[in-house]
Amino acid sequence: MTSTRTDGGCADDAPTGDVEILDCRGQRCPLPVIALARRLPHRPVGSVLRVLADDPAAANDIPAWCRMRDQEFLGSPADDSFDVRRRQ
Amino acid sequence: MRKGNVHLGRAGHPPSDASHVDPAPAHAPSPAPGYPDAASPAPVYLDAASAAPLHPVAREALLASLDDGWADPAKLYTQARQARQLLDAATEAAAAVIGVRPDELRFTCGGAQACEHAVAGLLRGRRRAGDLFVHSAVEHSAVLLAAQRHVTAGGRAEPVPVDRLGRVDLDAFTAAVGQSGVAAAALMSANHEVGTVQPVAAAARACAERGVPLLVDAAQSLGRMPVPEGWSVLVASARKWGGPAGVGLLAVRTGTRFDAELSGTVPVPLAVAAAASLRAAVDESAALDARLRPLVDRIRRVVATSVPDVEVVGDPTDRLPNLVTFSCLYVDGEALLHALNRRGFAVSSGSSCTSSTWDPSHVLVAMGVLSHGNVRVSLHRDTRESDVDRFLAELPGIVADLRQEAGVTAL
Repeated sequence: MTSTRTDGGCADDAPTGDVEILDCRGQRCPLPVIALARRLPHRPVGSVLRVLADDPAAANDIPAWCRMRDQEFLGSPADDSFDVRRRQ
Repeated sequence: MRKGNVHLGRAGHPPSDASHVDPAPAHAPSPAPGYPDAASPAPVYLDAASAAPLHPVAREALLASLDDGWADPAKLYTQARQARQLLDAATEAAAAVIGVRPDELRFTCGGAQACEHAVAGLLRGRRRAGDLFVHSAVEHSAVLLAAQRHVTAGGRAEPVPVDRLGRVDLDAFTAAVGQSGVAAAALMSANHEVGTVQPVAAAARACAERGVPLLVDAAQSLGRMPVPEGWSVLVASARKWGGPAGVGLLAVRTGTRFDAELSGTVPVPLAVAAAASLRAAVDESAALDARLRPLVDRIRRVVATSVPDVEVVGDPTDRLPNLVTFSCLYVDGEALLHALNRRGFAVSSGSSCTSSTWDPSHVLVAMGVLSHGNVRVSLHRDTRESDVDRFLAELPGIVADLRQEAGVTAL
């Protein structure tokens, strides 16, 4: 656990639109998935949450979580970056 | 089939030897002092897919052949000939089970070494035909490592994807082996992490049409399920069927272009124990299948309903008789393994935190299923129904406690 940021809160440098960034870099799975599960319900339906996670399991477990929770996985716009849209 | 007092015969008819000591039940080894919890009942070993407890026939054959088979079987003196005869008998016995001639089979130092030799031997033997190695994405890491070495040496490898259940995409596999320049292909009989049985017969037909030799890693199925057909090379690992650790099988059908120089010999007593226990395992397999398959069905059913937010993975029906895998959402796999171990349960996991590299299981990733909180349970001949009862009774509370500790109960 070497992250400077382990609370799963949103970063200040969110890009345009309603994309919020959740910085989970340095966290080991399942922590990024837990942070995603905690944060997404507080976002409006249809909005996008970008999870930054460098644990090797995140690229697999974030899409898997979306499938299990019926949320929309939009893809990985960059390395260690995963976009999730709240569907319900 | 018999040499001295070494028994290579059928299961259930051990040699009458008054000095023979009954082996202790393999499921109840003495725990280390104070571990697991003093309050927990007898340890329950549920990791047969890594290593099944030594079969009593293997122990018997091993002990007997330690006295008769210690010499180097390649030498010419009396003791060596005795070892040679034992090795020949073991080879004949194992070859008969697999359905090959004795000269098509040899013992290796473990299943991983058999995989390495198999891949390297096929690729070298077929180097004039091409340099492409086609394999399913969920092969054992020993096969993937051999593929990686091939690529490092300038060759090509193409993994073929699997579906959500872990079954290889047969159309993609067929297309892959249909390309020009394919040296060899590999498809395991059944997956070691999720139990899904692969369509080996159909894959073998696709390979045969293109003249591509097929390697089948039968490590998880040999001794439990019928030997697959259509392969050019087959590998297996003795400790998966209750044989000793450190012995593998490498069968190469006559006519296969195979170029591997195997140096050294496997210790004769290990080969003898492997062959004897393979025969015993095959003899028991139908009865064991009938007993374990419903237990796995029950684990699949009960876990899916008694543990919230769990994903039971792998094919529910077309699978190994003794293996089931599931992933618990928001749970750390390593913490789960330790918690289960404290309650006496020995299981395995494909979660990244349980690997040395932090990488999640390539099998779970290829399937696209949750990799954290993963538990693999694999049963064996010593598994009792009461073991499964206790596992199913304790698991929900163990998972709930871990979620409580992590504060992830209401997600």
